[in-house]
This record gives sequence, structure tokens and C-alpha cells, in this order.
Amino acid sequence: MSAPALGFRARSFLWSCVSTPANAALTLALALLAGYWLPGLLRWALVDARWAGHAAACRDASGACWSFIAQRWPLILYGSYPEPERWRVDVLFALVLVAGALLLSRRVRHKGLIGFVLVVAVPPATALLLLGGAAGLPFVPTARWGGLMLTVALGGAALAGSFPVGLLLALCRRSDLPVVRGLAVGLIEFLRGVPLVPLLFLAMTVLPLLLPPGTDPPPLLRVVVAFILFNGAAMAEVFRGGLQAIPRGQFEAAHSLGLSGPKTMALVILPQAIAIVTPGLLNVAVAIVKETTVILIIGLYDFFNEIVAGLADPQWLQGGSAVLTTGYFFAGLVYWGVCFGLSRVSAGLELAKERRG
Amino acid sequence: MRAAGASASAPNISTRRRLASGLTQGAVLAAVAALLWLAATNAAENLGRLGVAGGFGFLARPAGFAISQRLIDYSESSTYLRALEVAVLNTLVLALVAIVGATILGFALGLMRRSSNWLLAALAAGYVELLRNLPLLLQLYFWYFAVLRALPAPRASLSLLGVVFLNVRGLILPRPMAAAGSGATLAALAAGIVLAAAAALWIRWRRALSGEAPAPRLLVAALLAVPPALAWAAAGPPLDWELPELRGFNFAGGVVVQPEFVAMAVALSLYSAAYIAEIVRAGIDAVPRGQVEAARSLGLRSSAINAKIVVPQALRVIVPPLGNEYLRLFRNTTLAAAIGYPDLTLIFAGTAVNQTAQPVEVMLIVCVSYLAINLAVSAGINAYNRRIARSYR
Repeated sequence: MSAPALGFRARSFLWSCVSTPANAALTLALALLAGYWLPGLLRWALVDARWAGHAAACRDASGACWSFIAQRWPLILYGSYPEPERWRVDVLFALVLVAGALLLSRRVRHKGLIGFVLVVAVPPATALLLLGGAAGLPFVPTARWGGLMLTVALGGAALAGSFPVGLLLALCRRSDLPVVRGLAVGLIEFLRGVPLVPLLFLAMTVLPLLLPPGTDPPPLLRVVVAFILFNGAAMAEVFRGGLQAIPRGQFEAAHSLGLSGPKTMALVILPQAIAIVTPGLLNVAVAIVKETTVILIIGLYDFFNEIVAGLADPQWLQGGSAVLTTGYFFAGLVYWGVCFGLSRVSAGLELAKERRG
Repeated sequence: MRAAGASASAPNISTRRRLASGLTQGAVLAAVAALLWLAATNAAENLGRLGVAGGFGFLARPAGFAISQRLIDYSESSTYLRALEVAVLNTLVLALVAIVGATILGFALGLMRRSSNWLLAALAAGYVELLRNLPLLLQLYFWYFAVLRALPAPRASLSLLGVVFLNVRGLILPRPMAAAGSGATLAALAAGIVLAAAAALWIRWRRALSGEAPAPRLLVAALLAVPPALAWAAAGPPLDWELPELRGFNFAGGVVVQPEFVAMAVALSLYSAAYIAEIVRAGIDAVPRGQVEAARSLGLRSSAINAKIVVPQALRVIVPPLGNEYLRLFRNTTLAAAIGYPDLTLIFAGTAVNQTAQPVEVMLIVCVSYLAINLAVSAGINAYNRRIARSYR
């Protein structure tokens, strides 16, 4: 299938804009609107913006107030993590970037092994690094975690934890044993029927009661448990689709080669199923990134809540609407960049799969 | 010899397998039971130390807190059960309003994405990509704190035709009041509905008998519209509108819709509309191109092609995921706790847990309520899907 000539495509594009008088009027109106708004946005974000100075300087600015972000930058990145220990957070950020690059790059091989290490070995190591209290690292309680660091830690823990939980639930749901299947179905349906916010309240109020007296897990740990269970159920549904897509012949072939049940799963079925569901897993990852903001309701200070708290700071309240708009604009820009990027990768994988047929 | 051995061992293998599966299931059940028992004893010990009486007796006790939005009578001396009803109604009314808004906007955007006008399609695509990739909570905060809280005071309200007002205290709408003609109009409407139903049955019966019948739509519409209109003309208007009026620093009269409700409804509608637009687009794409081309070659206008050819066929593909999107919207109403809209989560998982100190019972009520509504809605969707699938077979 050859692409139509450029001239033809340009002509048909132009024709689509002016095919009827009403259509032409619509095009004109939209073009005028874009011509008015886009330069206005650029002026607001760059030309008229205040890059330095205090809140008072922003009050009568007609542009963005970037000094708000600049002055609260350490809080937005690290929360109240102690200053001399912040290199540990930088290691976390570097780790996330490297892991993302390794998983998304087309040249890197052995992604299964990398994923396995990321799920099994990296989370405990990172938790040890951030918490400290061992290996000569001073202890930093989770109450002092905040900002982007908290968002990354929570999102990473939720992602790494919900992967095995989801896989396990999906496998149990396919089990031949009615008891196992029933328990898995019940748990998945419960976790998909109850929204995340009540689940968080459940984890905050009821979970500590179910533990032996005297154990009082920090709020972050309770939230992580709720996130892992909630997204584990979402991933279980994704995995289920992948497992259903594996033809029966694959099971039979593995069986006739003399592979045992667990070996068939681990060596034949799961590698294929995980490859099939990667776009779906990325969509869950996007959902997790967006969901992390919800911990604001519990009173934890993630990236978004650090910005919101800055907006409510009496000093910056004087800055008026310029500061307010800048705060939401910046937070939106960061979340949008991450989520849009991930969803593009997911769509790209989906497209590549369709092409392969 | 060998054959005899095989036939003897065949039941053996199956018995052994059955035994193994029974043992595994028994072990799993025992493990789960042990876990539950451990959790229950821990909970009993923890609660016993706090000195909290268990049970659901608290539902009959007065709640003692106020709720800022109530659709049914409620005061601080009402019971917890009544508070639960108020909270569930608040959740449902929010979900309903947002579903209506999201559906209208979502369908419009989905059709725009397949518009022949490139700019219009790009605008809709930009909307979808922007809203889908921003956290809902961020959007909610933006609408609540950056837009609604920044509105002027009542004296400088934004007004629509002097009937609807929007200010920092919320959205103020005219209040409908029963008027002189309401009884007659309602009775006439009821009579019209009965007549229309009878006419529809009669038409179906005629059709089944002879294969021909008058155009049903016009007749049914006339039967529905004419009697109430006559009653209106005879007995006067059925509704009086109590208009909001600025008195001093605030409005008197009218219905005040809290800014929290407005922010939730706007944020949920706009967010879900982006997903619904994608569902609608996929539905349109599922209609074969030849259908549109055939309609065009018959000389149908593009609006008629959409209304009569594309939408009815696309609907079959659209409805199942649309139902799931509605359920997601319903679950997302729980974000109301972040801005203080008194929904089920805020009133029960928040306030009631703190007041009663009985988190286990209260959270059980909350979870069961959400599960029950979720299951009821999905059962309804499934029934509708089955009906649609059958009617197209």
C-alpha cells in the first residue's frame, strides 16, 4: 500500500476544511480562536511571567509566577526529607530513570530478567536506602517523606507490588480448584467494586486493628497495602485477558513435551501472556500515577499536595490568582507529561502488535 | 496383563488426583480461616482495650453532626441510619448529574473526532488527550479552588438572564413550586401516558395481524403532549418558579447548589466525557465504511447519515464499555471527600468513623453500600446488553 502523493493529501486536507460554507465558517472560527489563544498562552507562560522575586511581585503580574515553583522547589522534590540525606532520594530518581530507559528501549534485551529484578530485588533495596536505620544510613521516618519523592516511592511500590499480586490472582482465578477460584473471584470483585478512597479509609482505620496489638504501621505503609491490592485486582483482569489469548495448543504442546504444570506456566504461557498484556499493564501504570494524588485525602504530602500546600501558604496567598494558576499549571504539566508519554508507549506497542498480526 | 494393569491404575490416578485437589483446597481453606481467625482475635483484643461496644446499635442513635446538603429531611438529632440515607442519596444524585453531563459532552466529542473538518477533529482529540492524562483530583481541585472559589461575592454574581446566578457561595437556580394547574396537568399527563401505551399495544397488535398500521411515532407523541397542554391552557401553569433575589449580602429564594457539588459535577463530567468520546469514536469506527458511502450515494445529508445510519449501528458497540465507564464515574464520586462534598465516603468513612469509634462496622456498611450499588448497576447494564444483542441478531 503506497501513500498517496503529498499534493493530493494537501489538497484533500484543505478541501476537508472548506467543503461547505458552514464548514469553512467553522474552520475560520477555530483558526481565529487558536490564533488568539496560543500566543496568549505563550505570553502568559514565558513573556509576561515572573521568574524571581516574592509573592507580592506576582500579585500584579499578567503572566505566570514561576518564582513560586522555584522557591518551593526543594519541598516539591523532597518534602521534608532531611537535607544532608537527600542524595538518597537522588539515587531513587536516577534509578527510576534508568529502569524506565531499560524497559522502554528497543535495543535492550532480557527485559524479563530486568523486570524480575525490578519487582523482586529493587523495592526492598530502595526501601532500605530511603528508610535507613542500617548500613550506616541514618533512619528517616516515612512521616518526613514528601513531594515528588513520595509520589515516586508510592507509585513504584504500587507498581512493583501489584504485578505479582495481580499475576497470582489471575492464576488463581483460572485454577481447577473451585475453592481457590472462588476466593480469587471474590477478592477481585470486592476490590473492583469498592472505590479506592473508601479502601484507603479502610486501610487507615481497620487494617491496624487486624494486626497484633502493639503493631502500628505508619500511614504510608497502610496506603501502600491498599494501593497494591486495588491495582493488583486491576492487573489481574489485564493478565486474565492475556492468559485467555494463549491458544490451547500451547498448553497441550508443553504437556506433551513432559513439562509439569508450573513449568508450563513459567516457561511457555507466562512469557507469551505478559508480552500480550504489556500495553494493558502500562495503562494500569498510568492509572497508578494519576491515583497517587488521592493520598492527599489521607493527609500525606505527595508532589501534588506539596504544591497545593504551597498555594495555601499565607505568604503565597498574597500572590493572588497568578500563583494559583501557575501552581495548577505546573502540576498539570508534570502529570500530563508522564501519563501522556506512558500512554503513547502503550499505544505504540498495541499498534506494533496489530501490524505483526 | 498390561491392559489389565492400565485399567486398574486409571481410577487409581483419578482418585489420587481428586485426593490431592481435595487436600490442597482444604489446606487453602484452613489457611484462610486461620488468617481470618487471627485477624478477628486481634481486632477483638484491640477494640476491647479501647473499650468500644460493638454491633450496629449505633445506627439507631442520633448522629449529632450536620450535613450541608440534604435531599431529604435531616437534622443533627436524626439517627445514623438517616445520615446514611442522606449520604447515599448525595452520592447517587452527584453520579446521576455527572453521568448526564458526561454522556452529552462525550457523544459530542466522539462525533467531533470523526468530523470531516480537520480542525474540529483535532480540537476534540486535544481535549481527550489533555483530560485523560491529568489526575482527576488535580482537575477537581482546579475547578474548586482556582475557578469556583475565585468567583465574585453574591453582590457581583455572574448571572444568566437574571434567573440563574453563579457566585462564590454556589449556583443559584429558580425553585419550581406547585401551582394551581399542577394537579390537572399531572392527571392529564398520566391519562396521556395510559392512552399512548394503549395505542402502542394496539398498533403492535394490528401490525401482527395485518402487517400495516398508522405511523406510531406521531400518534404516541400527540397523545403524550396534547392532554397536558389542554389542561395547562384550562387550569393555568403547573409550576410557579421562585426566582432567586439578591437581599443584602445574599440571595433569598431559589435553590442553592453548593460549590462543592458544582465542582464535583463539572470535574467528573469533563473527565469521563474524554473516555466516553473514545468509546464513541471506537463505536463509529466499528461501522463499516461502506454503510456511510451507501447512505451518501442515496443522497442522505451528513446529519441524517449520522442519526439514521452510523449512531444506531455504533450504539451496539458503544453500550457495553459505556456502562463500565458509568460505573467508573460512580466510583470516582468518592473523591468528593477531598473538597468536602458530603457523599457516602465523607459522611461515613470520615465523620461517622471518628464519631462512633467503630471503624469495623462503619466501614463494612460503606463497602457493602458501594458493592451493592455497583452490582445493581452492572446487573442492569448486563441485562440491557443482552437485550441489545438479541434485537440485532
